[in-house]
Amino acid sequence: MLTAMRYASPTTVAEAVDLLGSDPDARVYAGATDLIPQIRAGRPEPTVMVDLKRIERLCAISSNGSTYTVGAATPTADICADAGLTAAFPGLVEASGLIGSDQIQSRSSWGGNLANASPAADTPPSLIVNEARAVIAGPGGERTVPAAEVATGPGATSLGPGEIIVEFELDQPPARTADAYLRLIPRTEMDIAVVGAAARVTLDADGNVAAAAVALGAVAPTVVRVPDAEAALIGNEPAGDALAAVQAAASAATNPIDDKRGTVAYRRQVAGVLARRAVSMAAERAREQGGQS
Amino acid sequence: MTVTEPKPSYKYIGTRPVRHDGVEKVTGRARFAADLNLPGQLHGIAVRSPHAHARIVSIDTSEAEAMPGVKSVITGDDFPAVAPGDRNYDMCVNVIARDKVFYEGHAVAAVAAITREQAQQAAAAVKVAYDVLPPVLTIDDALAPGAPVLHGHMLTAGADPPAEEPSNISNITRFAGGDLDAGFAAADLVIEREFTTQPVHQGYIETHACVADTGQDGHTSIWCSSQGHFNVRSSTATLLGWETTRIRVIPAEIGGGFGGKTTIYLEPLAVAMSAKAGRPVKMVMSRDEVFRATGPAPGTRLKVKLGVQSDGNLVAGDAYLIYTNGAYAGPGGLLGAMTVFESYDIENFNIEALDVVINTARSAAYRAPAAPLTAFAMETLLDEVATELGIDPMDLRLQNAVTEGDPSTMGFPFARIGFVECLEAIRDHPHYTAPLGPNQGRGLAAGYWFNIGESSSATVNLNEDGTATVVTGSPDIGGSRASMALMAAEVLGIDVYDIRPVVGDTEAVGFTDVTEGSRATFATGMAVVEASRKMVVELRGRAAKMMGVDVDDIDWVDGQAVYTGSDGEKDPLPLAAITGKAKRTGGPLTTTGSLEAHGAGPGFAVHLCDVEVDQETGVVRVVRYTASQDAGTAIHPSYVEGQIQGGVAQGVGWALNEEYIYDSDGVMENPSFLDYRVPVASYLPMIDAIIVEVPNPAHPYGVRGVGETGIVPPIPAVANAIHNATGCRLRDLPMSPIRVLDAITSNGGSKGA
Amino acid sequence: MSRVHVTCTINGDPIEFLCDGGQTLLDALRDEVGLTGAKEGCGTGDCGACSIVMDGRLLCSCLALAPEADGTTISTVEGLASGDDLHPLQQCFLEGAALQCGVCTPGFLVAAKALLDRNPDPTETEIRYGLAGNLCRCTGYDKIVRAVQTAAQTINES
Repeated sequence: MLTAMRYASPTTVAEAVDLLGSDPDARVYAGATDLIPQIRAGRPEPTVMVDLKRIERLCAISSNGSTYTVGAATPTADICADAGLTAAFPGLVEASGLIGSDQIQSRSSWGGNLANASPAADTPPSLIVNEARAVIAGPGGERTVPAAEVATGPGATSLGPGEIIVEFELDQPPARTADAYLRLIPRTEMDIAVVGAAARVTLDADGNVAAAAVALGAVAPTVVRVPDAEAALIGNEPAGDALAAVQAAASAATNPIDDKRGTVAYRRQVAGVLARRAVSMAAERAREQGGQS
Repeated sequence: MTVTEPKPSYKYIGTRPVRHDGVEKVTGRARFAADLNLPGQLHGIAVRSPHAHARIVSIDTSEAEAMPGVKSVITGDDFPAVAPGDRNYDMCVNVIARDKVFYEGHAVAAVAAITREQAQQAAAAVKVAYDVLPPVLTIDDALAPGAPVLHGHMLTAGADPPAEEPSNISNITRFAGGDLDAGFAAADLVIEREFTTQPVHQGYIETHACVADTGQDGHTSIWCSSQGHFNVRSSTATLLGWETTRIRVIPAEIGGGFGGKTTIYLEPLAVAMSAKAGRPVKMVMSRDEVFRATGPAPGTRLKVKLGVQSDGNLVAGDAYLIYTNGAYAGPGGLLGAMTVFESYDIENFNIEALDVVINTARSAAYRAPAAPLTAFAMETLLDEVATELGIDPMDLRLQNAVTEGDPSTMGFPFARIGFVECLEAIRDHPHYTAPLGPNQGRGLAAGYWFNIGESSSATVNLNEDGTATVVTGSPDIGGSRASMALMAAEVLGIDVYDIRPVVGDTEAVGFTDVTEGSRATFATGMAVVEASRKMVVELRGRAAKMMGVDVDDIDWVDGQAVYTGSDGEKDPLPLAAITGKAKRTGGPLTTTGSLEAHGAGPGFAVHLCDVEVDQETGVVRVVRYTASQDAGTAIHPSYVEGQIQGGVAQGVGWALNEEYIYDSDGVMENPSFLDYRVPVASYLPMIDAIIVEVPNPAHPYGVRGVGETGIVPPIPAVANAIHNATGCRLRDLPMSPIRVLDAITSNGGSKGA
Repeated sequence: MSRVHVTCTINGDPIEFLCDGGQTLLDALRDEVGLTGAKEGCGTGDCGACSIVMDGRLLCSCLALAPEADGTTISTVEGLASGDDLHPLQQCFLEGAALQCGVCTPGFLVAAKALLDRNPDPTETEIRYGLAGNLCRCTGYDKIVRAVQTAAQTINES
């Protein structure tokens, strides 16, 4: 119950790691947008709530010209307001902006979105197509892993005891590269994705695809990459048959479930549609970029 | 605005003053039920069944009672026994279960403790042993041969021959007129279709809440949010077996109801615990409890058959309607039968409607109960008829619309109604002929609700300075205080802001029925007008006394007593001059109006909806919406528009997304605003509300109820628009992206026939 | 378990209160501080009736823990008017009949103020998405959106 719970707000990563290491029932949180409703429903019952938002490093956005570093607890509202990130990763920033309402945007973060390990989370597919790396701190020090390796199943992560995500690293994309994210929800806002699709496309000087990444959310226990879609795009103009192949490959790559939010057949069909549209949108953005440079 | 009949020119009625309770509501100071706290107050929590259908074997409260801070634990045994078949049985055992639980979330016990956390812990420690029974969750389950019977005493009312064995059918309603066979024989086109819909929730934002304070003298005061505090009083008295005089109910501001707060859930529990503990007890439901334990509107299966002649003349209608009412008998089918063919002149008809019980929360009224679903069936069928016969859907409706003198389903002739005027208002609106974009479609649908009158009371008190207080017994859910003040101002001739409209508690004003059936402005308004008119009579008498003239020579004009006799000129006496001298002319100026209102004018509405459909994902967006509705006379047009717009939004949610989802054990899977998807602001366009005014002859100012009709046409309007955009007929709710995509796919993948 | 002592500024006033470690900020505002303008409509961040602004950020106070408020500056609907002078949003909600039952109104006003602070001249679409975290079941949003549009105009012209 909430009464017995202690609140802690460490200001350094080391302090947070110590707190977590000393109590197996301690829970970290940033936005708590999922955690507080879960606790009120009676599960889990943490002894200590460790608030990460007062650790400066976890709430900072910086760039050294070649790599962006984004604190894991940085509110997505701040991410959406960052011009550099928006220019470099428009799809990822859009995905960030889709998490809940303006109220939720003040609290939601990439770290929370990823570590919560919901298969339907909006930002993980975009983090993955952009090859984001997660910097993880724990009792054994810090390690850096691909963001794709953090969530291992619904509600399950590869984070060890006492480990937290500190920040994300994203390399500045090469020229003529852009990403896009689309999701399907029934009522335009305030829903959990029934299907999410992220794509990133790099075009060569002729407008053909030089590199591509496609990832789907909400259609399997974890985010699904679609290598067949990527292969179908490479070397081709992102149109016509190549896009049809993307759609077919994306549908085929899904492993969805029937639940209150969608059916297997529907998710499979729409995953293909959204993947095709996301690739098309990413390619369009990459083309515009080429035109400007 | 379309004014279709000449009407008197009013000074206050039809204006748009800022509502009297407005400032308190925009500054956060208005007190809703959960905002009240009393000294020494305990927090109460209900213990609810995790099973949809089970026999209660035993309840052990000993551990809970021994926990720190716990002051009171109650079960069904703390209330007087009520026999199955008693007219109050359903209401009583719904508030707290006795031998059986009938739905997941059914209250079986309640606990009050010093803190909410203590109460939560104690509630979890109440040990209930259940003998779990197979749940009855669907219409098919309920009607299956050998189905588990919820209520051993339930013999179908209206069965012919009379029912001898209990079943899950509580009631059968039959209406018929003309010669059905002859009607269909005369038809050139006969279409029969079946429709299914799921239970939906009213979705008021304020959860149920109350504070009860029972004194040593055995009297209790209840502060609560409800659509009718006199009903809270009588229901609580019934449950507890108390005299009515022991209970005073003080209405808090109410945060939405839409029919869902016309019944009670918490108050008797809070009173019983307060009596046991000798301290005030506050209970506030969580959203989860609201979804699981309160008010869904029925789910349905509807089969409707129409016979039409080639010129569009409707000649026969046959309807077979089944409504689920949750765990207890309810009126869904009856109301469906009363509405399905009501809007059109169909000489030969037969209607059979079944009310069935299933193991879900007891249904409560929801805005024009049952009518949106019969309209879904009837108005999409009409659209199909229009397509088949190549007749414009507007013309088809104009041709068959009921008008004054036509008989209703029940046989009574309609008084003056505004259906045709509503159709014409839409036909003449620019929206009707505006071009559509790609993947867009347009749908037209009409709707009807009969509205009701019932009992209302009002008191008018004039104050020494010439201002007035108008006390009524109708809670203000959506601006009714302002309407009451406007009507009183019109009669008294004083400024609307010189009138203070007050919602009185059960000891401060005469008996007033629940706010339901769109009756507040109509019926309570009539009581206000009656009390105000009596006051004018009184004022004329006082003025005559002050002037020393005959009362017959005094007119009341614009808030002044005016001498009209032949005995020379006299200065008019303004109201304030009379109130200032009240002590010398007969004492306090107080009048009352109490009445049983008859002649609630039926309300008609016609809606036009444009949707855009994503043909590859089935996602539907409403992109333009225009709604006309006959308000009789709009007392405060802004709040009439608001009722229309709110009804549209709820109807669009019902059409596209809202539904209860249960697992196979009858446990609700979507008891939150995340997964029970009511429309958000970004989901809707502006809603153009056209007020049609065809005055209701039974009301002194021509008022018809406006609260409910607006939710009736949206479901078929959206369905018809989806058909127009995709070529697909959707006959199952909600018309979710999954269903729409399914329909498009099985129709050949694009706009087909 | 001893209670947590929180010091903060609410609507310009220095406020101290005691709370439980796991108490939500909404419960603390309502039960410990006595500000009941923020309402609990869902407890899960889906309805926005509990909207407040903390250190410049709009949030659902049902999704924050009360101890987080220590050292922060909070504004609630109770702080929107200056004395007897209503904020233009409040005035426009009144004049535009943008409330029916009124229980969602405090949350809408706080969210709308945050929206206009960030974007003084929003389009209809921006208003609709900006307020999508606030549920209203009465109005169909039409008059709310119009009231925010009118308030934006009023503020920008003053």
